Amino acid sequence: MDTQPQTSAAGTPAVEVGAAERGSRSRMDLGGRSRPGERTILAVLALCGALSIFTTVGIIVVLIGEASAFFRHVPLRDFLTGTEWTPQAGLERGSFGVLPLLNGTLLVTAIALLVAVPLGLGAAMYLSEYAPERVRKLLKPSLEVLAGVPTIVLGVFALNIVTPALRGVLGAAGIEVDFFNALSAGLVMGVMIIPTVASLSEDAMSAVPRGLRESGYGLGATKRQVAVRVVLPAALSGVVAAIILGLGRAIGETMIVAVAAGNLPTITFDPTNQVQTMTAYIVQTVGGEAPRGTVKYQSIFAIGSLLFAITFLLNVAAQRFVRRFREVY
Amino acid sequence: MDRARTAAAPAEAPAAHRTGVAVEHAEQRPPSDGEAVFAVRDLTVSYGSNPAIVDVTMEIRRGEITALIGPSGCGKSTFIRCFNRMNDLIPTARVRGEITYHGVDLYGKGVDPVEVRRRVGMVFQKPNPFPKSIADNITFGPKVTGMKFDPDEIVERSLKRAALWDEVRNKLDDSAYSLSGGQQQRLCIARAIAVDPDVILMDEPCSALDPIATGRIEDLMRELQERYTIIIVTHNMQQAARVSDRTAFFTAEVESEENDHRFGRLVEYDLTENIFKNPQDSRTEDYVTGRFG
Amino acid sequence: MGVATPERTVRKALGELQRPAERKTKERVFRFLLFAATVVGVVVLGVLIVSVAIDGVPRINSTFFTNYYSRFPERTGIRSGLTGTLSLMVLTASFSFPIGVGAAIYLEEFAPKNRLTDLLEANVSNLAGVPSVVYGLLGAAVFVYLLDFGRSLLAASLALSLLILPVIIVAGRESIRAVPQAIRQGGLALGGTPWQVASRQVLPAAMPGILTGTILALSRAIGETAPILVVGAAFTRRADNVPWEPLDSFTALPIQIFQFVSNFQEEFRVDAASAGIVVLLVVLLLMNSAAILLRNRYSRRW
Repeated sequence: MDTQPQTSAAGTPAVEVGAAERGSRSRMDLGGRSRPGERTILAVLALCGALSIFTTVGIIVVLIGEASAFFRHVPLRDFLTGTEWTPQAGLERGSFGVLPLLNGTLLVTAIALLVAVPLGLGAAMYLSEYAPERVRKLLKPSLEVLAGVPTIVLGVFALNIVTPALRGVLGAAGIEVDFFNALSAGLVMGVMIIPTVASLSEDAMSAVPRGLRESGYGLGATKRQVAVRVVLPAALSGVVAAIILGLGRAIGETMIVAVAAGNLPTITFDPTNQVQTMTAYIVQTVGGEAPRGTVKYQSIFAIGSLLFAITFLLNVAAQRFVRRFREVY
Repeated sequence: MDRARTAAAPAEAPAAHRTGVAVEHAEQRPPSDGEAVFAVRDLTVSYGSNPAIVDVTMEIRRGEITALIGPSGCGKSTFIRCFNRMNDLIPTARVRGEITYHGVDLYGKGVDPVEVRRRVGMVFQKPNPFPKSIADNITFGPKVTGMKFDPDEIVERSLKRAALWDEVRNKLDDSAYSLSGGQQQRLCIARAIAVDPDVILMDEPCSALDPIATGRIEDLMRELQERYTIIIVTHNMQQAARVSDRTAFFTAEVESEENDHRFGRLVEYDLTENIFKNPQDSRTEDYVTGRFG
Repeated sequence: MGVATPERTVRKALGELQRPAERKTKERVFRFLLFAATVVGVVVLGVLIVSVAIDGVPRINSTFFTNYYSRFPERTGIRSGLTGTLSLMVLTASFSFPIGVGAAIYLEEFAPKNRLTDLLEANVSNLAGVPSVVYGLLGAAVFVYLLDFGRSLLAASLALSLLILPVIIVAGRESIRAVPQAIRQGGLALGGTPWQVASRQVLPAAMPGILTGTILALSRAIGETAPILVVGAAFTRRADNVPWEPLDSFTALPIQIFQFVSNFQEEFRVDAASAGIVVLLVVLLLMNSAAILLRNRYSRRW
């Protein structure tokens, strides 16, 4: 993508001295030059910018296209309200109720949020209100590293390290834990989204003006009271956005649950049980080769549509909240 | 100020005639016989290695309004923040010398800044209410200090004392941000009153307000004086003259030729009337007559 | 009138200025809890690295790198996964970098401020929140079937490119925005066209930041498993991948790890999977170090 030669020769004609020295053009000739090379370049750049729109449109078209093929066989009502998910039995004898998968997703997500919300907010508050600069400089990048660990690695960690530990501890207490279970996956996923929750919350808390903190102190509040009663409420919309983003990541997370939570679609609220989430179903089905045109293949797009719809709405909501906290200060 | 400067330029008339500032109420009040609430001895505050204010010695008397005036960079804001240990929040700030509060060393061992601030309230330069309802702003202090209180009663009492009640009585649950700047500042005063402090510090409370709002706050200060000791930092000499009983004048001195770092020093501290009509120090005279700064 | 301070206040004023012991404890406990919350993540990370190293390092030997997949755990290796991951990296970079930089320049330097641009921006941040597995579905439908690239290296790297584009665009825009306005004005005043100024002054100045962002985005891409799984990575491939044969079928390191961990034999599930993770983490560490080095050495303070 280099500049066209004629463009650089023409230059911008507005500089009188330059034009005079060059001698090639009259001083008075300030008319615009057409620079076809530049126009082409700009068009290409704009195309690059627009590619993200095509991506979104592509995702929506693809999901709707394949999913509508699926819904020609399976009524949407049955899909959304059915309590059994047995696609391997084929179109005739299988049932396609998404609730067991949704149940798996929500169970794991709930566990993850129980871990990530208190820890993430605690971390945000510590980093924003308490941490000495040295400690901050050490801890913040460490949290970022955690956010960069591939989820397949976390999945293996959940299955090979966390699950045996849970089975040991809870087993000793008389609670039986499945080899694949929602608890282990949920706990590790919770740790995974701590950085998501902490990072944006910390931004929001740091953005609270110093004057508000000072007026809290001026009224005789302790540091803890200022953090909890002044900073946290003032940063609330940012904190809510952070939690929503964390929620979105938990729902869309795939490999931890595919490795550690199992592949048995069930309706259960017992975290020690094996489950299958929406995302795990998608990869586990493709891993088992689902040729195009089959109901199995179409079903992963139906699940994908639901997944996309949920995360999209969460993203929009999060952005609303982010904008609100940016507006206040 | 300009008027004063022009008038002062050629003349050597007595200071009282040359000041463009009227001392309105000095005659009405006898100088207080009150005991010292604060006694400051040889106080020096530094940020890192830079002193901000040096060797201040003075007393603040109970029931009076004490004004701190001086050019910018004279450390008056730094100084007022020593009385409720607000400077503790700045990690590099160091305080030497002594401030006693009713005889107790404020920076003594074991003294908790939080306890200090519960007795010495503060109102800041810019109105800074919490982004909550008007009522919540008032009850914040009583809540965090663990007072036993009736919310409705304390909200009403504090707002009445801050002369804001009539304007907001019907919208106590509205956001504090819906108020005008002057109302917000009176809300901040009401908020400070709610914990029933002994002293109220005001750090240029009117600098962000228009003249009408400023006037209301000044009236309010005179009323509050019945119950509270007030210290006010102001860059506005007329304001000091209008509301205060005593005035302390600070200057900014340049530390050395090489750097332009300034620090403050107390020049003169006296009854407000004397400061404006009969200053003892030529620097005070220059300042109050507008020859300086 | 002046000395009207009520008795009560005096008593309070003269009362203890010392902190009640109970409150002191509360403050300390609270601070400790917050600190603990902050380090939990770091501690888990530490446990993860140590335990994976304990399980995985003994399994690593030279044949682990030179062998292809085998159903005998002691003979299996990650050669196909490594070559696949390297090829994916090269192809993904060569798609996503120019497009990402182009989009960043356009949005930052040329795009008119209007509703379309606002839409573009909102769209980029929305895309960043789309689950990666959905990009796999897009890749499968569009690249594998519609464009008929098959379950190939090309299809997978295109899907990964779309996945990391938002990250590159955001990083690129930030570094471009950090270039001071004076440089642009200087260039324009010398008679440069906007594109000349952007390409010869602004872009080189912003390049270290853009490269850092791109490397970080790529390191995210090579750890991704779900999208390339959906695009159709092969589980038991026994051949090398090279970037100049993009229509080849492929596998990748994370896919092999997933394959190992899905096997019930402990030699696979624990030993081989952990060994694969050690290799993957080392690759990521190298990439991140490169990014940090780049940032520290070339980044300018304006």
